[in-house]
Amino acid sequence: MRIACPFCGERENGEFTYLGDATPRRPSFAVDGGEGPERVEDAFYDYVYLRDNVAGVMREYWYHGGGCRSWLVAERNTVTHEFISVTAAPGAGAALAARAGE
Amino acid sequence: MKYSIFSLAKAALSGHKGWTRAWRDPAPKSRYDVVIIGGGGHGLATAYFLAHEYGIRNVAVLEKGWIGSGNAGRNTTIIRSNYGLPGNTGFYELSMKLWERMEQDLNYNTMVSQRGIINLYHSDAQRDAFARRGNTMRINGIDAELLDAEQIRKELPFLNYNNARFPIMGGLLQRRAGTARHDAVVWGYARAANDRGVDIIQNCEVTGFVRDASGRVTGVETSRGRIGAGKVGMAVAGSSSRVAAMAGLRLPIESHVLQAFVSEAIKPLIPGVITFGAGHFYVSQSDKGGLVFGGDLDGYNSYAQRGNMPVMEDVCEGGMAIMPMIGRVRMLRQWGGIMDMSMDGSPIIDMTPVDGLYLNAGWCYGGFKATPASGLVFAHLLARDEPHQEAALFRLDRFRRGAMIDEKGQGAQPNLH
Repeated sequence: MRIACPFCGERENGEFTYLGDATPRRPSFAVDGGEGPERVEDAFYDYVYLRDNVAGVMREYWYHGGGCRSWLVAERNTVTHEFISVTAAPGAGAALAARAGE
Repeated sequence: MKYSIFSLAKAALSGHKGWTRAWRDPAPKSRYDVVIIGGGGHGLATAYFLAHEYGIRNVAVLEKGWIGSGNAGRNTTIIRSNYGLPGNTGFYELSMKLWERMEQDLNYNTMVSQRGIINLYHSDAQRDAFARRGNTMRINGIDAELLDAEQIRKELPFLNYNNARFPIMGGLLQRRAGTARHDAVVWGYARAANDRGVDIIQNCEVTGFVRDASGRVTGVETSRGRIGAGKVGMAVAGSSSRVAAMAGLRLPIESHVLQAFVSEAIKPLIPGVITFGAGHFYVSQSDKGGLVFGGDLDGYNSYAQRGNMPVMEDVCEGGMAIMPMIGRVRMLRQWGGIMDMSMDGSPIIDMTPVDGLYLNAGWCYGGFKATPASGLVFAHLLARDEPHQEAALFRLDRFRRGAMIDEKGQGAQPNLH
């Protein structure tokens, strides 16, 4: 598996560290809209523990610790290990991230 | 046919032509009391215990490929019960006790070999942690011995005792641990379950669940047609999320790839199982002579059953650090299996929010050693609708309740367990 870092080019995957699914969004504490704490609890339970565990193309966070030390968002097929795209994550290279709409 | 020294001698004298099939190859019936999805060690053991222990014999095991073609045929065959946390300690010791009588129970040679495991420690802090774990084991009636460097040197004289960065200071020994022949475990349970009336149906992939108006699962759709079921049990570690998704469930599980390695066969060298405490490397020697070893997960979600080079390098570096002579042995084979990595590193054996559907999942990379106990407690759950006392903490809702069983203390980051 080789990962095409948008800053460094194609590098072997040993330079990268994996975080996981890039889809879940951290819930806001105001998520219950005043309806009660159990909805906040449900939302955090879902965010922290439950996973889609996609068999197919998945958006995921990688960290290029052995290179530019940027956080990246990759689309990768978990069944074939094929990378579809690799872009900068929010905060990693503002110009590129802005173009990616994050 | 019962296997014994006499049946072996008789077959030998007749040119080994008299052996009969070890299990039938039946067509699926239209309905079973219990359908188990997954013909690996856990699914087959569950069927065996349902028939043998709980008197439920109208049972089918559905396997999409051939039995034992998943993780049951891909592990490194280690059995042990050296766990430190409530929930795990008793459960794995139950498993160890079942391993010790498995060959008599099943009338099958599963080559259980209690050759011992030594977990090496390399720092004062690690020694303290191992001493604590050993004490926990002994309080629970499990054998454990804390060895110092001199005692380790007597047992394992070939290790590298001159590593300045990670000196071998001692190890935690469990003598009753060891290895077993993984394929024989699958075949032994299949044969014993078959003898008790269980249908083992191979090349039968589950493609969906049949549900009634109340939402209860009443059967499964398969590549060989619809099969009705009183209850359905899932024992498909590696693919749990995919199967559960067919019933609309999301699980606290990620699928990750773990690699394993075998060297060319050499003469007897390694007496038991050795683990390197400063990196992640473990090794044992199979009866064929190959060194069987492994280490960390690759670390990224995968269903591909193959890994990548960086972990291969990392595992081999771990081996070289404690046992430099391993560098003279050539690697023969390498493969990957898909692990159900749960959010706390411990398994889930429970009912699900879907009526009639039962879950046995989240084995991370400790599933093989658990095979007999997993079968027993899952059969108990399916038969009685309540958890077995040794699996009472492996509940699906423990994450919501904050009652995690996190041996490694990594939190909800499955690739670090």
